[in-house]
Amino acid sequence: MGRPITPFLWLLFSAGGTVAALLFPVHLLLNGLAFPLGWLPAPTYDSLRSLVGHPLTRLYLFVLVSLPLFHWAHRFRYTLYDGLQLKHLTMLIAVLCYGAAVVGSLLAAYTLWNMSS
Amino acid sequence: MSTVRYTPYHPRWYRRRVSVWWWLQSRSYTGFVLRELTSVAVAFFALVLLWQIRALGRGPEAYARVLARLRSPLFVALDVLALAFVLFHSITWFNLAPKAMVVRLQGKRVPDLLVAGANYAAWIVLSAAVAAILLRGRG
Repeated sequence: MGRPITPFLWLLFSAGGTVAALLFPVHLLLNGLAFPLGWLPAPTYDSLRSLVGHPLTRLYLFVLVSLPLFHWAHRFRYTLYDGLQLKHLTMLIAVLCYGAAVVGSLLAAYTLWNMSS
Repeated sequence: MSTVRYTPYHPRWYRRRVSVWWWLQSRSYTGFVLRELTSVAVAFFALVLLWQIRALGRGPEAYARVLARLRSPLFVALDVLALAFVLFHSITWFNLAPKAMVVRLQGKRVPDLLVAGANYAAWIVLSAAVAAILLRGRG
């Protein structure tokens, strides 16, 4: 990775780590477990659709998906370097990790953009 | 990374070969690698969220199908494991915050405990807010 871009990637890592630390436990507990399994009364489809109808909710959801993906990309590439000693594949790993985060973010943006009505 | 060239004036370094399992040799190394691996749980749940959002866009039947898939034993197990890793991420992240970002008020360094405490307080407030908003639309 070129030097000038490094601080920017670190900022994305740090912002994504904060978003994930603050918001992922509650969403994982509710949207991943409690609602599907019926531990708590799940929000209806219509109520979720009207929530997502608000632009601020869509912005929130975009941030909630995108930034943590960049956090993953940054941390996981160092896990591969250190954990599996793949220092020689630096460039390939970086491109694959950040590329996956970019694709996920674009997909989230596209989906949320089309849900405006 | 630039490769190191060896010259007669630059003797070859002595580097012991390290096992791929180096991080199992000590508790603090294991903790470090587990903390690094929390990112996999973070990415997993970001994708689950994206999957739910896409289903929400496709209609009530698609959304119900995703909820049914999330009830399968595989996803319940993955979500429980991911929750444990994500909680580990949150706690280690908040505890590191005072070291990563030194806050000064009137020239005095704000104590670490206060910075970490502010993070934990924000965690509780935001979690309660998200739960309140989602539970308001219950069926």
